[in-house]
Amino acid sequence: MGEVREVDAAEITRVVRDLCMQINYTVPQDMVDAVKRAREKEESPVGRQILDLLIRNQELAAEGEYPYCQDTGSTVVFIDVGQDVHVTGTDLEDAIDEGVRQGYKDAYLRASIVGDPVFERKNTGDNTPAFIHTRIVPGDQIRIQVDAKGGGSENKGRHAMLKPSDGIEGVESFVLRVVAEAGPDACPPGIIGVGVGGNFEFCAMLAKRSLMRKVGQPNPDPRIAELEADLFEKCNALGIGPQSLGGTQTVLAVHVEMMATHIASLPVAVNIECHAHRTGTKVI
Amino acid sequence: MPVEILEDGRKRIRAPLSDDDVQQLEAGDVVLVSGVIYAARDAAHKRLLEMLDAGEELPFDPAGQIVYYVGPTPERPGNVIGSAGPTTASRMDRYTPRMLELGLKGIIGKGGRGPAVRDELKERTAVYMAALGGGGALAALQIRSQEVIAFVELGPEAIREMEVEDLPVWVVNDCQGRDFYTQAVAPWRRDDLLPEEFRLGAGG
Repeated sequence: MGEVREVDAAEITRVVRDLCMQINYTVPQDMVDAVKRAREKEESPVGRQILDLLIRNQELAAEGEYPYCQDTGSTVVFIDVGQDVHVTGTDLEDAIDEGVRQGYKDAYLRASIVGDPVFERKNTGDNTPAFIHTRIVPGDQIRIQVDAKGGGSENKGRHAMLKPSDGIEGVESFVLRVVAEAGPDACPPGIIGVGVGGNFEFCAMLAKRSLMRKVGQPNPDPRIAELEADLFEKCNALGIGPQSLGGTQTVLAVHVEMMATHIASLPVAVNIECHAHRTGTKVI
Repeated sequence: MPVEILEDGRKRIRAPLSDDDVQQLEAGDVVLVSGVIYAARDAAHKRLLEMLDAGEELPFDPAGQIVYYVGPTPERPGNVIGSAGPTTASRMDRYTPRMLELGLKGIIGKGGRGPAVRDELKERTAVYMAALGGGGALAALQIRSQEVIAFVELGPEAIREMEVEDLPVWVVNDCQGRDFYTQAVAPWRRDDLLPEEFRLGAGG
């Protein structure tokens, strides 16, 4: 066992704040590259015009006056805490929320969270609480990845408990159905995150986590990578195209993550990320 | 002139719009919206309908007007507005027929509308247009002024009177019942690559 390393919670707040401020203006390079690739491949003239506009929108946002999208998202925070780390000062989750609060205010980002889903739906005013996913991992570092997740694409996600006999064809059909039904609402072209296996809640988590990969980076398991490539081709064959105005580039990537599951189950979840893919990572 | 046809085929519109104006807008048209429009999204629509139910006067008269489904980011000092692209229109489907009854003529959002709204657009001679979804920074540049006119406590969901200049949109659902998304996607669907349930049997 290593020595315990102390990390001040204020450092976590600062990192979360800085990431919120940065990602909403500067789209990560892998996403910039993915949109450029789509622009080169798109066969529809209207589709190419749309992709040109998205590239201009990226450039304009990077100048720092206007966030990439007015929906600056719910703030999803993946935090991997080394088991040899001792966080001092305030509570971990409070430290993260304070980072969101400061970042959203200081960078003129939109407060998009309501305090309850069905009673008052009153805006909390500072985009808190963040949706925090914590893992305890080996080591003495803290890895923080923040994703500003747009609501429009999030709403188009779906989850299903298929039958094992539905097999890989059933999974493919479900993914295509979700992408087809999302159509223009999910602001195509985006990234399709797919979770297969696990149980009810792990499956959704797999889908979400798959979106955090570099855009288009294949799964290291060649069987899964093959499924990703096949789904990529088929999603694009739907012809939805940029903004659903028709074209060959409906998705920028399909990411699939899998895990073990129950003998009775074949869970599948699809989480869509729009072209406003805003994520960043920092290690403390 | 409420509808101006430009040399390149695009159309420029300016509210208030009449039935005749709306009839000149067809699915697939690229339209530049100028003049005054009203920003309102989910929470504002809910409030507007509650006001109607209570017999109260609305903060603006929708007759002939254009509503933009948008909740902007806060403006930086010196800027008119923050990022201001469209939000998903289908969430307003439940509220739209009442707004059309009051004479609303144009709606700007993103994404598809349900069959009931499409029918109502036809019935009431109104038009639904989509702006560039996720293009919030670009949209901000077309907005010349904004003023919160109601529900300030809703923050980004407050109703705003905005003046826009050449905000580019596509006509998705025109007053003849056409749906541009359906028309636009069909020729690009590759039936040969897809399982049977996704084939359209057209083009490709």
